Amino acid sequence: MPPILQAIHVQKYYGAFQALKDVSLSVDRGEVVCIIGPSGSGKSTLLRCASQLESIDGGVITVDGEIAGYRRSGETLVPLGDVQIARQRQNVGMVFQRFNLFPHRSVLENLLEGPVRVQKRPVEECRKEALALLERVGLAAKAAAYPNELSGGQQQRVAIARALAMRPKILLFDEPTSALDPELVGEVLSVMKELAKSGMTMVVVTHEIAFCREVADRVVFMDGGAIIAAGSPEDMIVRPQNPRVASFISAVL
Amino acid sequence: MPFKQSRADAAGNNIGVAMQDLAGIDFQRLRISRPIPYRQIAASILLFVFLIFIAHAFWVGAIEWHYVSDYLFSAPILKGVRGTIVMTICAMVIGIFLGTAVAMMRMSANPALRWAATGYIWLFRGVPALLQLLLWFNLALIFPTLSLFGFFPVNTVDVMTPFVAALLGLGIQQGAYTAEVVRGGILSVDRGQMEAAQSIGMTRLRAMLTIVLPQAMRVIVPPIGNETIGMVKLTSLASVIQYSEVLRTVGDVYYANSRVIELLIVAGIWYMVIVTVLSIGQSYIEKYFSKGWGRAAEAPKALPDGPAAMGAA
Ligand SMILES: Nc1ncnc2c1ncn2[C@@H]1O[C@H](COP(=O)(O)OP(=O)(O)O)[C@@H](O)[C@H]1O
Ligand SMILES: [Mg+2]
Repeated sequence: MPPILQAIHVQKYYGAFQALKDVSLSVDRGEVVCIIGPSGSGKSTLLRCASQLESIDGGVITVDGEIAGYRRSGETLVPLGDVQIARQRQNVGMVFQRFNLFPHRSVLENLLEGPVRVQKRPVEECRKEALALLERVGLAAKAAAYPNELSGGQQQRVAIARALAMRPKILLFDEPTSALDPELVGEVLSVMKELAKSGMTMVVVTHEIAFCREVADRVVFMDGGAIIAAGSPEDMIVRPQNPRVASFISAVL
Repeated sequence: MPFKQSRADAAGNNIGVAMQDLAGIDFQRLRISRPIPYRQIAASILLFVFLIFIAHAFWVGAIEWHYVSDYLFSAPILKGVRGTIVMTICAMVIGIFLGTAVAMMRMSANPALRWAATGYIWLFRGVPALLQLLLWFNLALIFPTLSLFGFFPVNTVDVMTPFVAALLGLGIQQGAYTAEVVRGGILSVDRGQMEAAQSIGMTRLRAMLTIVLPQAMRVIVPPIGNETIGMVKLTSLASVIQYSEVLRTVGDVYYANSRVIELLIVAGIWYMVIVTVLSIGQSYIEKYFSKGWGRAAEAPKALPDGPAAMGAA
Protein backbone atom coordinates (compact mmCIF):
# COMPACT_ATOMS: atom_id res chain seq x y z
CA MET A 1 0.00 0.00 0.00
CA PRO A 2 1.42 3.43 -0.88
CA PRO A 3 1.92 5.96 1.90
CA ILE A 4 -1.06 8.30 2.31
CA LEU A 5 1.19 11.34 2.16
CA GLN A 6 4.58 11.46 0.59
CA ALA A 7 6.83 14.49 0.20
CA ILE A 8 9.88 13.78 -1.93
CA HIS A 9 12.75 16.30 -2.09
CA VAL A 10 10.32 19.22 -1.75
CA GLN A 11 11.70 22.71 -2.31
CA LYS A 12 9.74 25.87 -1.60
CA TYR A 13 10.82 29.45 -2.15
CA TYR A 14 9.24 32.74 -1.11
CA GLY A 15 11.04 35.03 -3.53
CA ALA A 16 14.72 34.39 -2.91
CA PHE A 17 14.10 32.92 0.55
CA GLN A 18 14.07 29.13 0.68
CA ALA A 19 11.37 28.05 3.15
CA LEU A 20 11.67 24.29 2.49
CA LYS A 21 15.01 22.70 1.75
CA ASP A 22 14.81 19.26 0.20
CA VAL A 23 12.15 18.00 2.58
CA SER A 24 11.21 14.34 2.36
CA LEU A 25 8.57 12.81 4.57
CA SER A 26 6.28 9.86 4.21
CA VAL A 27 3.18 9.16 6.29
CA ASP A 28 1.53 5.73 6.27
CA ARG A 29 -2.14 4.94 6.66
CA GLY A 30 -3.24 5.34 10.27
CA GLU A 31 0.04 6.91 11.30
CA VAL A 32 0.22 10.00 13.54
CA VAL A 33 3.22 12.21 12.84
CA CYS A 34 3.97 15.20 15.03
CA ILE A 35 6.16 18.00 13.66
CA ILE A 36 8.00 20.15 16.16
CA GLY A 37 10.61 22.83 15.78
CA PRO A 38 11.29 26.49 16.37
CA SER A 39 9.10 29.23 14.92
CA GLY A 40 9.90 30.03 11.28
CA SER A 41 11.37 26.59 10.60
CA GLY A 42 8.90 25.83 7.79
CA LYS A 43 6.38 23.62 9.60
CA SER A 44 3.32 25.54 8.41
CA THR A 45 4.79 25.84 4.95
CA LEU A 46 5.15 22.07 4.71
CA LEU A 47 1.50 21.55 5.72
CA ARG A 48 0.33 24.27 3.35
CA CYS A 49 2.20 22.66 0.49
CA ALA A 50 0.72 19.27 1.35
CA SER A 51 -2.80 20.75 1.30
CA GLN A 52 -1.99 22.69 -1.89
CA LEU A 53 -2.59 26.09 -0.38
CA GLU A 54 0.94 26.82 -1.61
CA SER A 55 2.61 25.53 -4.74
CA ILE A 56 6.02 23.88 -4.56
CA ASP A 57 9.12 24.79 -6.56
CA GLY A 58 10.81 21.42 -6.65
CA GLY A 59 10.29 17.79 -5.74
CA VAL A 60 6.91 16.15 -5.62
CA ILE A 61 4.10 15.52 -3.16
CA THR A 62 1.74 12.57 -3.47
CA VAL A 63 -1.51 11.91 -1.65
CA ASP A 64 -2.60 8.28 -1.62
CA GLY A 65 -0.33 7.64 -4.60
CA GLU A 66 -1.68 10.54 -6.67
CA ILE A 67 0.67 13.41 -7.56
CA ALA A 68 -0.61 16.59 -5.93
CA GLY A 69 -1.22 19.49 -8.28
CA TYR A 70 0.30 17.92 -11.37
CA ARG A 71 -0.23 15.35 -14.05
CA ARG A 72 2.80 13.39 -15.13
CA SER A 73 3.58 13.33 -18.81
CA GLY A 74 6.78 11.33 -19.32
CA GLU A 75 9.47 13.19 -17.44
CA THR A 76 7.55 16.42 -16.98
CA LEU A 77 4.88 17.45 -14.50
CA VAL A 78 2.03 19.43 -16.06
CA PRO A 79 0.06 21.65 -13.66
CA LEU A 80 -3.56 20.68 -13.10
CA GLY A 81 -6.44 23.14 -13.48
CA ASP A 82 -8.31 24.77 -10.60
CA VAL A 83 -11.11 22.23 -10.65
CA GLN A 84 -8.75 19.24 -10.51
CA ILE A 85 -6.74 20.79 -7.70
CA ALA A 86 -9.92 21.54 -5.77
CA ARG A 87 -10.93 17.90 -6.16
CA GLN A 88 -7.54 16.73 -4.83
CA ARG A 89 -7.78 19.06 -1.84
CA GLN A 90 -10.88 17.20 -0.68
CA ASN A 91 -8.63 14.29 0.33
CA VAL A 92 -6.55 16.44 2.65
CA GLY A 93 -8.30 17.95 5.66
CA MET A 94 -6.78 21.01 7.27
CA VAL A 95 -7.28 22.36 10.78
CA PHE A 96 -5.98 25.90 11.19
CA GLN A 97 -4.51 27.67 14.18
CA ARG A 98 -7.22 30.36 13.91
CA PHE A 99 -10.11 27.88 13.30
CA ASN A 100 -11.34 29.77 10.19
CA LEU A 101 -14.95 28.69 10.61
CA PHE A 102 -17.40 30.44 8.28
CA PRO A 103 -18.97 33.06 10.58
CA HIS A 104 -22.05 33.58 8.39
CA ARG A 105 -22.99 29.91 8.57
CA SER A 106 -24.30 28.01 11.59
CA VAL A 107 -22.21 25.18 13.01
CA LEU A 108 -24.20 22.54 11.13
CA GLU A 109 -24.02 24.56 7.90
CA ASN A 110 -20.25 24.80 8.34
CA LEU A 111 -20.13 21.00 8.38
CA LEU A 112 -22.51 20.62 5.42
CA GLU A 113 -20.90 23.18 3.12
CA GLY A 114 -18.25 20.75 1.82
CA PRO A 115 -20.10 17.41 1.65
CA VAL A 116 -23.36 18.82 0.26
CA ARG A 117 -22.29 21.75 -1.89
CA VAL A 118 -18.88 20.56 -3.05
CA GLN A 119 -19.09 16.77 -2.98
CA LYS A 120 -22.80 16.80 -3.90
CA ARG A 121 -23.64 13.96 -1.54
CA PRO A 122 -27.29 13.51 -0.46
CA VAL A 123 -28.32 16.17 2.07
CA GLU A 124 -30.00 13.83 4.53
CA GLU A 125 -27.08 11.44 4.66
CA CYS A 126 -24.67 14.35 5.17
CA ARG A 127 -26.81 15.88 7.88
CA LYS A 128 -26.91 12.62 9.82
CA GLU A 129 -23.18 12.20 9.44
CA ALA A 130 -22.53 15.83 10.45
CA LEU A 131 -24.65 15.50 13.58
CA ALA A 132 -22.85 12.30 14.47
CA LEU A 133 -19.53 14.14 14.04
CA LEU A 134 -20.73 16.95 16.29
CA GLU A 135 -21.72 14.32 18.83
CA ARG A 136 -18.24 12.88 18.54
CA VAL A 137 -16.56 16.22 19.30
CA GLY A 138 -19.09 16.83 22.10
CA LEU A 139 -21.01 19.67 20.43
CA ALA A 140 -24.30 18.11 19.29
CA ALA A 141 -26.15 20.79 21.27
CA LYS A 142 -24.47 23.58 19.29
CA ALA A 143 -25.57 22.55 15.79
CA ALA A 144 -27.73 25.63 15.33
CA ALA A 145 -25.31 28.09 16.97
CA TYR A 146 -23.12 30.49 15.03
CA PRO A 147 -19.32 30.22 15.41
CA ASN A 148 -19.01 33.59 17.14
CA GLU A 149 -21.24 32.32 19.94
CA LEU A 150 -18.76 29.55 20.79
CA SER A 151 -15.57 29.52 22.83
CA GLY A 152 -12.26 29.05 21.07
CA GLY A 153 -12.04 25.42 22.14
CA GLN A 154 -15.55 24.73 20.84
CA GLN A 155 -14.77 26.48 17.56
CA GLN A 156 -11.67 24.38 17.05
CA ARG A 157 -13.64 21.20 17.73
CA VAL A 158 -16.20 22.31 15.13
CA ALA A 159 -13.33 22.97 12.72
CA ILE A 160 -12.09 19.41 13.26
CA ALA A 161 -15.59 18.08 12.64
CA ARG A 162 -15.86 20.21 9.49
CA ALA A 163 -12.62 18.72 8.15
CA LEU A 164 -13.79 15.19 9.02
CA ALA A 165 -17.13 15.74 7.26
CA MET A 166 -15.22 15.67 3.96
CA ARG A 167 -14.08 12.09 4.77
CA PRO A 168 -10.46 13.07 4.12
CA LYS A 169 -7.69 10.52 3.74
CA ILE A 170 -5.42 12.53 5.98
CA LEU A 171 -5.90 15.36 8.45
CA LEU A 172 -3.30 18.11 8.88
CA PHE A 173 -3.24 20.25 12.04
CA ASP A 174 -1.31 23.53 12.11
CA GLU A 175 -0.80 24.43 15.78
CA PRO A 176 -4.45 23.69 16.58
CA THR A 177 -4.19 24.79 20.21
CA SER A 178 -1.84 27.79 19.92
CA ALA A 179 -4.67 30.35 19.69
CA LEU A 180 -6.53 28.94 22.68
CA ASP A 181 -6.69 30.04 26.30
CA PRO A 182 -4.75 27.50 28.40
CA GLU A 183 -7.86 26.03 30.02
CA LEU A 184 -9.35 25.20 26.60
CA VAL A 185 -6.34 23.33 25.20
CA GLY A 186 -7.26 20.05 26.88
CA GLU A 187 -10.68 19.62 25.25
CA VAL A 188 -9.20 20.00 21.75
CA LEU A 189 -6.28 17.68 22.45
CA SER A 190 -8.60 15.00 23.81
CA VAL A 191 -10.68 15.12 20.61
CA MET A 192 -7.45 14.73 18.64
CA LYS A 193 -6.35 11.81 20.81
CA GLU A 194 -9.65 10.07 20.21
CA LEU A 195 -9.24 10.65 16.48
CA ALA A 196 -5.74 9.21 16.52
CA LYS A 197 -6.98 6.13 18.37
CA SER A 198 -9.73 5.65 15.80
CA GLY A 199 -7.07 5.17 13.12
CA MET A 200 -7.15 8.56 11.41
CA THR A 201 -3.97 9.46 9.55
CA MET A 202 -2.73 12.72 11.04
CA VAL A 203 0.12 15.19 10.75
CA VAL A 204 0.19 17.56 13.70
CA VAL A 205 2.35 20.64 14.03
CA THR A 206 2.34 21.47 17.72
CA HIS A 207 4.26 22.75 20.68
CA GLU A 208 2.38 20.39 23.02
CA ILE A 209 5.29 18.07 23.74
CA ALA A 210 3.28 15.90 26.15
CA PHE A 211 0.72 15.30 23.40
CA CYS A 212 3.47 14.27 20.94
CA ARG A 213 4.93 11.90 23.44
CA GLU A 214 1.61 10.24 24.17
CA VAL A 215 0.00 10.15 20.72
CA ALA A 216 2.67 10.34 18.00
CA ASP A 217 3.94 7.29 16.19
CA ARG A 218 6.78 9.41 14.91
CA VAL A 219 8.13 12.84 15.81
CA VAL A 220 9.79 15.02 13.18
CA PHE A 221 12.01 17.94 14.10
CA MET A 222 12.37 20.79 11.61
CA ASP A 223 14.76 23.71 11.67
CA GLY A 224 15.69 26.24 9.02
CA GLY A 225 13.36 24.74 6.42
CA ALA A 226 14.76 21.23 6.67
CA ILE A 227 13.97 18.06 8.56
CA ILE A 228 16.85 17.69 11.02
CA ALA A 229 15.81 14.52 12.81
CA ALA A 230 12.92 12.10 13.06
CA GLY A 231 12.13 9.10 15.21
CA SER A 232 9.91 7.59 17.87
CA PRO A 233 8.71 9.87 20.70
CA GLU A 234 11.09 7.98 22.98
CA ASP A 235 14.11 8.77 20.82
CA MET A 236 13.08 12.34 20.04
CA ILE A 237 11.60 13.60 23.29
CA VAL A 238 12.66 11.39 26.19
CA ARG A 239 16.32 10.97 25.22
CA PRO A 240 17.05 13.05 22.13
CA GLN A 241 20.39 12.28 20.49
CA ASN A 242 20.63 15.31 18.21
CA PRO A 243 21.92 18.32 20.21
CA ARG A 244 19.60 20.81 18.42
CA VAL A 245 16.59 18.63 19.20
CA ALA A 246 17.75 18.25 22.77
CA SER A 247 18.12 21.98 23.32
CA PHE A 248 14.73 22.65 21.71
CA ILE A 249 13.02 20.05 23.88
CA SER A 250 14.58 21.34 27.06
CA ALA A 251 13.56 24.89 26.12
CA VAL A 252 9.87 24.09 25.57
CA LEU A 253 9.41 21.57 28.37
CA MET B 1 -6.73 66.39 59.79
CA PRO B 2 -9.56 64.29 61.08
CA PHE B 3 -8.69 61.07 59.16
CA LYS B 4 -4.95 60.86 59.52
CA GLN B 5 -4.65 57.10 59.52
CA SER B 6 -5.45 55.36 56.19
CA ARG B 7 -8.25 52.81 56.11
CA ALA B 8 -9.13 50.10 53.65
CA ASP B 9 -12.64 49.08 52.59
CA ALA B 10 -13.81 45.54 51.85
CA ALA B 11 -12.22 45.56 48.39
CA GLY B 12 -8.92 46.68 49.87
CA ASN B 13 -9.14 50.25 48.51
CA ASN B 14 -7.51 52.87 50.59
CA ILE B 15 -10.38 55.24 51.37
CA GLY B 16 -8.47 57.41 53.85
CA VAL B 17 -7.67 60.18 51.34
CA ALA B 18 -11.21 60.47 49.98
CA MET B 19 -12.60 60.61 53.49
CA GLN B 20 -10.72 63.85 54.20
CA ASP B 21 -13.00 65.70 51.70
CA LEU B 22 -16.11 63.97 52.86
CA ALA B 23 -15.68 64.39 56.62
CA GLY B 24 -18.94 64.78 58.49
CA ILE B 25 -21.27 64.12 55.56
CA ASP B 26 -24.45 62.07 55.82
CA PHE B 27 -24.07 59.80 52.77
CA GLN B 28 -27.75 58.92 52.78
CA ARG B 29 -28.58 62.54 51.95
CA LEU B 30 -25.81 63.19 49.45
CA ARG B 31 -27.24 64.13 46.03
CA ILE B 32 -25.60 64.70 42.63
CA SER B 33 -26.92 67.97 41.15
CA ARG B 34 -28.08 68.15 37.53
CA PRO B 35 -27.38 71.68 36.22
CA ILE B 36 -29.92 73.22 33.83
CA PRO B 37 -28.69 72.51 30.22
CA TYR B 38 -28.57 76.16 29.08
CA ARG B 39 -26.64 75.37 25.92
CA GLN B 40 -29.06 72.74 24.68
CA ILE B 41 -31.98 75.05 25.42
CA ALA B 42 -30.35 77.96 23.58
CA ALA B 43 -29.60 75.78 20.55
CA SER B 44 -33.16 74.47 20.48
CA ILE B 45 -34.60 77.97 20.56
CA LEU B 46 -32.32 79.10 17.73
CA LEU B 47 -33.30 76.09 15.63
CA PHE B 48 -36.98 76.76 16.28
CA VAL B 49 -36.67 80.43 15.27
CA PHE B 50 -34.80 79.41 12.13
CA LEU B 51 -37.52 76.93 11.12
CA ILE B 52 -40.23 79.54 11.73
CA PHE B 53 -38.27 81.95 9.53
CA ILE B 54 -38.02 79.41 6.68
CA ALA B 55 -41.68 78.44 6.98
CA HIS B 56 -42.70 82.10 6.99
CA ALA B 57 -40.58 82.83 3.93
CA PHE B 58 -42.28 80.03 2.01
CA TRP B 59 -45.67 81.19 3.27
CA VAL B 60 -45.29 84.79 2.12
CA GLY B 61 -43.34 83.84 -1.04
CA ALA B 62 -45.30 83.76 -4.26
CA ILE B 63 -45.76 80.01 -4.21
CA GLU B 64 -49.07 78.73 -5.43
CA TRP B 65 -49.21 75.60 -3.30
CA HIS B 66 -52.24 74.21 -5.08
CA TYR B 67 -50.05 73.69 -8.16
CA VAL B 68 -47.86 71.45 -6.05
CA SER B 69 -50.78 69.29 -4.92
CA ASP B 70 -52.36 69.33 -8.39
CA TYR B 71 -49.25 68.05 -10.13
CA LEU B 72 -47.83 65.76 -7.44
CA PHE B 73 -49.81 62.75 -8.72
CA SER B 74 -50.46 63.88 -12.31
CA ALA B 75 -49.80 61.38 -15.09
CA PRO B 76 -46.71 62.99 -16.70
CA ILE B 77 -45.02 63.48 -13.33
CA LEU B 78 -45.71 59.88 -12.30
CA LYS B 79 -44.24 58.74 -15.62
CA GLY B 80 -41.10 60.70 -14.76
CA VAL B 81 -40.97 59.20 -11.27
CA ARG B 82 -41.21 55.76 -12.82
CA GLY B 83 -38.40 56.67 -15.21
CA THR B 84 -36.19 57.78 -12.33
CA ILE B 85 -36.84 54.61 -10.35
CA VAL B 86 -36.32 52.30 -13.35
CA MET B 87 -33.09 54.03 -14.31
CA THR B 88 -31.80 53.94 -10.73
CA ILE B 89 -32.46 50.22 -10.42
CA CYS B 90 -31.09 49.27 -13.84
CA ALA B 91 -27.98 51.42 -13.53
CA MET B 92 -27.23 50.08 -10.04
CA VAL B 93 -27.73 46.47 -11.16
CA ILE B 94 -25.26 47.01 -14.01
CA GLY B 95 -22.94 48.90 -11.67
CA ILE B 96 -22.98 46.17 -9.02
CA PHE B 97 -22.42 43.32 -11.49
CA LEU B 98 -19.66 45.18 -13.29
CA GLY B 99 -18.16 46.35 -10.01
CA THR B 100 -18.09 42.87 -8.49
CA ALA B 101 -16.58 41.35 -11.62
CA VAL B 102 -13.98 44.11 -11.92
CA ALA B 103 -13.08 43.88 -8.22
CA MET B 104 -12.46 40.15 -8.62
CA MET B 105 -10.45 40.79 -11.80
CA ARG B 106 -8.41 43.41 -10.00
CA MET B 107 -7.48 40.85 -7.32
CA SER B 108 -6.87 38.04 -9.82
CA ALA B 109 -3.56 36.25 -10.22
CA ASN B 110 -3.78 36.92 -13.96
CA PRO B 111 -1.96 40.20 -14.75
CA ALA B 112 -3.96 40.84 -17.95
CA LEU B 113 -7.19 40.80 -15.93
CA ARG B 114 -5.65 43.06 -13.28
CA TRP B 115 -4.53 45.61 -15.87
CA ALA B 116 -7.90 45.57 -17.63
CA ALA B 117 -9.66 46.20 -14.32
CA THR B 118 -7.28 48.97 -13.30
CA GLY B 119 -7.65 50.66 -16.68
CA TYR B 120 -11.44 50.50 -16.52
CA ILE B 121 -11.54 52.06 -13.06
CA TRP B 122 -9.02 54.73 -14.05
CA LEU B 123 -10.97 55.72 -17.16
CA PHE B 124 -14.57 55.66 -16.00
CA ARG B 125 -13.93 57.17 -12.60
CA GLY B 126 -11.94 59.96 -14.19
CA VAL B 127 -14.44 61.20 -16.77
CA PRO B 128 -17.52 63.16 -15.55
CA ALA B 129 -20.78 61.22 -15.69
CA LEU B 130 -22.51 63.91 -17.77
CA LEU B 131 -19.75 63.76 -20.36
CA GLN B 132 -20.10 59.95 -20.55
CA LEU B 133 -23.85 60.24 -21.11
CA LEU B 134 -23.29 62.70 -23.94
CA LEU B 135 -20.63 60.47 -25.49
CA TRP B 136 -22.88 57.40 -25.52
CA PHE B 137 -25.85 59.38 -26.77
CA ASN B 138 -23.85 60.86 -29.64
CA LEU B 139 -22.08 57.64 -30.57
CA ALA B 140 -23.82 57.66 -33.95
CA LEU B 141 -21.68 60.63 -34.98
CA ILE B 142 -18.60 58.41 -35.21
CA PHE B 143 -20.12 54.93 -35.57
CA PRO B 144 -23.22 55.23 -37.76
CA THR B 145 -23.67 51.46 -37.58
CA LEU B 146 -22.67 48.96 -34.90
CA SER B 147 -21.73 45.36 -35.62
CA LEU B 148 -19.81 42.40 -34.23
CA PHE B 149 -16.85 42.16 -36.61
CA GLY B 150 -19.21 42.88 -39.50
CA PHE B 151 -22.00 40.58 -38.28
CA PHE B 152 -25.40 41.73 -36.97
CA PRO B 153 -25.11 45.33 -38.21
CA VAL B 154 -27.59 47.82 -36.67
CA ASN B 155 -28.11 51.55 -36.96
CA THR B 156 -26.56 53.23 -33.94
CA VAL B 157 -29.39 55.78 -33.67
CA ASP B 158 -31.92 52.94 -33.40
CA VAL B 159 -30.04 51.26 -30.57
CA MET B 160 -28.71 54.26 -28.69
CA THR B 161 -32.04 55.48 -27.32
CA PRO B 162 -31.96 57.95 -24.42
CA PHE B 163 -32.68 55.03 -22.10
CA VAL B 164 -29.81 52.91 -23.40
CA ALA B 165 -27.37 55.81 -23.49
CA ALA B 166 -28.24 56.84 -19.93
CA LEU B 167 -28.10 53.24 -18.73
CA LEU B 168 -24.66 52.66 -20.24
CA GLY B 169 -23.29 55.97 -19.05
CA LEU B 170 -24.57 55.71 -15.49
CA GLY B 171 -24.13 51.93 -15.08
CA ILE B 172 -20.58 51.80 -16.40
CA GLN B 173 -19.32 54.72 -14.35
CA GLN B 174 -21.10 53.29 -11.30
CA GLY B 175 -19.29 50.01 -11.88
CA ALA B 176 -15.96 51.79 -11.52
CA TYR B 177 -16.93 53.15 -8.10
CA THR B 178 -18.57 49.93 -6.96
CA ALA B 179 -15.47 47.94 -7.93
CA GLU B 180 -13.45 49.82 -5.33
CA VAL B 181 -16.16 49.36 -2.69
CA VAL B 182 -16.36 45.62 -3.38
CA ARG B 183 -12.58 45.30 -3.37
CA GLY B 184 -12.45 46.97 0.04
CA GLY B 185 -15.11 44.55 1.27
CA ILE B 186 -13.22 41.52 -0.02
CA LEU B 187 -9.99 42.75 1.60
CA SER B 188 -11.83 43.10 4.91
CA VAL B 189 -12.49 39.35 5.03
CA ASP B 190 -9.78 37.32 6.75
CA ARG B 191 -7.49 35.44 4.34
CA GLY B 192 -8.10 32.29 6.38
CA GLN B 193 -11.67 32.16 5.05
CA MET B 194 -10.47 31.62 1.50
CA GLU B 195 -7.99 28.99 2.68
CA ALA B 196 -10.56 27.15 4.76
CA ALA B 197 -12.96 27.12 1.80
CA GLN B 198 -10.23 25.80 -0.48
CA SER B 199 -9.32 23.13 2.04
CA ILE B 200 -12.84 21.72 1.77
CA GLY B 201 -12.48 21.42 -1.97
CA MET B 202 -13.82 24.72 -3.30
CA THR B 203 -12.24 26.39 -6.30
CA ARG B 204 -11.09 29.97 -5.77
CA LEU B 205 -14.06 31.29 -7.73
CA ARG B 206 -16.59 29.30 -5.77
CA ALA B 207 -14.97 30.18 -2.44
CA MET B 208 -15.07 33.83 -3.46
CA LEU B 209 -18.75 33.70 -4.38
CA THR B 210 -20.11 31.58 -1.52
CA ILE B 211 -17.75 32.27 1.39
CA VAL B 212 -15.84 35.52 0.95
CA LEU B 213 -18.35 37.79 -0.82
CA PRO B 214 -21.27 37.11 1.54
CA GLN B 215 -19.03 38.14 4.43
CA ALA B 216 -17.74 41.14 2.52
CA MET B 217 -21.36 42.26 2.09
CA ARG B 218 -21.39 43.48 5.68
CA VAL B 219 -18.80 46.05 4.68
CA ILE B 220 -20.08 46.56 1.12
CA VAL B 221 -23.79 47.21 1.72
CA PRO B 222 -23.61 50.54 3.60
CA PRO B 223 -21.53 52.35 0.94
CA ILE B 224 -23.57 50.75 -1.87
CA GLY B 225 -26.71 52.02 -0.17
CA ASN B 226 -25.09 55.42 -0.15
CA GLU B 227 -24.26 55.14 -3.83
CA THR B 228 -27.78 54.00 -4.70
CA ILE B 229 -29.10 57.15 -3.09
CA GLY B 230 -26.50 59.09 -5.06
CA MET B 231 -27.70 57.34 -8.21
CA VAL B 232 -31.31 58.43 -7.63
CA LYS B 233 -30.09 61.98 -7.94
CA LEU B 234 -27.54 61.28 -10.65
CA THR B 235 -30.31 60.01 -12.95
CA SER B 236 -31.36 63.66 -13.25
CA LEU B 237 -28.39 64.04 -15.63
CA ALA B 238 -30.28 61.84 -18.09
CA SER B 239 -32.75 64.70 -18.56
CA VAL B 240 -30.05 66.34 -20.70
CA ILE B 241 -30.32 63.56 -23.29
CA GLN B 242 -34.14 63.54 -23.35
CA TYR B 243 -34.66 60.56 -21.07
CA SER B 244 -37.96 61.17 -19.33
CA GLU B 245 -37.14 61.05 -15.66
CA VAL B 246 -38.78 63.20 -13.04
CA LEU B 247 -36.69 66.34 -13.49
CA ARG B 248 -37.33 66.34 -17.22
CA THR B 249 -41.09 65.75 -16.88
CA VAL B 250 -41.48 68.60 -14.37
CA GLY B 251 -39.42 70.70 -16.78
CA ASP B 252 -41.80 69.89 -19.61
CA VAL B 253 -44.67 71.04 -17.42
CA TYR B 254 -43.11 74.29 -16.21
CA TYR B 255 -42.04 75.30 -19.73
CA ALA B 256 -45.75 75.21 -20.50
CA ASN B 257 -47.21 76.84 -17.37
CA SER B 258 -44.23 78.76 -15.91
CA ARG B 259 -44.86 77.51 -12.35
CA VAL B 260 -41.14 76.73 -12.03
CA ILE B 261 -40.69 76.67 -8.27
CA GLU B 262 -43.92 74.77 -7.63
CA LEU B 263 -42.92 72.01 -10.01
CA LEU B 264 -39.37 71.87 -8.72
CA ILE B 265 -40.90 71.36 -5.28
CA VAL B 266 -42.93 68.50 -6.73
CA ALA B 267 -39.72 66.89 -8.03
CA GLY B 268 -38.01 67.51 -4.70
CA ILE B 269 -40.82 65.76 -2.83
CA TRP B 270 -40.55 62.72 -5.08
CA TYR B 271 -36.78 62.50 -4.68
CA MET B 272 -37.21 62.62 -0.92
CA VAL B 273 -39.86 59.89 -1.03
CA ILE B 274 -37.68 57.59 -3.14
CA VAL B 275 -34.60 58.18 -1.00
CA THR B 276 -36.55 57.57 2.22
CA VAL B 277 -37.93 54.25 0.95
CA LEU B 278 -34.44 53.19 -0.15
CA SER B 279 -32.93 54.06 3.24
CA ILE B 280 -35.48 51.87 4.97
CA GLY B 281 -34.78 49.01 2.55
CA GLN B 282 -31.04 49.41 3.19
CA SER B 283 -31.41 48.87 6.92
CA TYR B 284 -33.22 45.57 6.27
CA ILE B 285 -30.50 44.40 3.87
CA GLU B 286 -27.81 45.30 6.40
CA LYS B 287 -29.59 43.28 9.05
CA TYR B 288 -29.72 40.27 6.72
CA PHE B 289 -26.00 40.28 6.00
CA SER B 290 -24.99 40.75 9.63
CA LYS B 291 -26.16 37.19 10.30
CA GLY B 292 -23.73 35.39 12.61
CA TRP B 293 -22.16 38.58 13.92
CA GLY B 294 -24.66 39.41 16.64
CA ARG B 295 -24.55 37.94 20.10
CA ALA B 296 -27.05 35.10 20.70
CA ALA B 297 -28.53 35.38 17.21
CA GLU B 298 -32.26 35.24 16.55
CA ALA B 299 -33.39 31.68 15.76
CA PRO B 300 -31.55 31.06 12.47
CA LYS B 301 -34.02 30.85 9.59
CA ALA B 302 -31.69 28.85 7.39
CA LEU B 303 -32.16 25.77 9.54
CA PRO B 304 -35.85 25.48 10.42
CA ASP B 305 -35.72 21.74 10.98
CA GLY B 306 -32.32 21.74 12.70
CA PRO B 307 -33.36 21.04 16.29
CA ALA B 308 -35.94 18.43 15.24
CA ALA B 309 -33.42 16.56 13.13
CA MET B 310 -31.00 16.73 16.03
CA GLY B 311 -33.50 15.07 18.29
CA ALA B 312 -33.97 12.31 15.73
CA ALA B 313 -30.27 11.65 15.24
N1 LIG C 1 3.79 34.05 2.37
C1 LIG C 1 5.07 34.15 2.74
N2 LIG C 1 5.88 35.04 2.12
C2 LIG C 1 7.17 35.16 2.48
N3 LIG C 1 7.76 34.43 3.44
C3 LIG C 1 7.01 33.53 4.10
C4 LIG C 1 5.63 33.35 3.79
N4 LIG C 1 5.13 32.39 4.60
C5 LIG C 1 6.16 32.00 5.38
N5 LIG C 1 7.28 32.67 5.09
C6 LIG C 1 8.59 32.48 5.70
O1 LIG C 1 8.91 31.13 5.63
C7 LIG C 1 9.53 30.69 6.83
C8 LIG C 1 8.77 29.51 7.37
O2 LIG C 1 7.49 29.93 7.81
P1 LIG C 1 6.46 28.93 8.49
O3 LIG C 1 6.32 27.73 7.65
O4 LIG C 1 5.23 29.71 8.76
O5 LIG C 1 7.20 28.57 9.84
P2 LIG C 1 6.63 27.83 11.13
O6 LIG C 1 5.24 27.40 10.85
O7 LIG C 1 7.57 26.69 11.35
O8 LIG C 1 6.70 28.82 12.24
C9 LIG C 1 9.52 31.87 7.78
O9 LIG C 1 10.80 32.44 7.77
C10 LIG C 1 8.53 32.82 7.18
O10 LIG C 1 8.92 34.16 7.41
MG1 LIG D 1 3.44 28.00 11.76
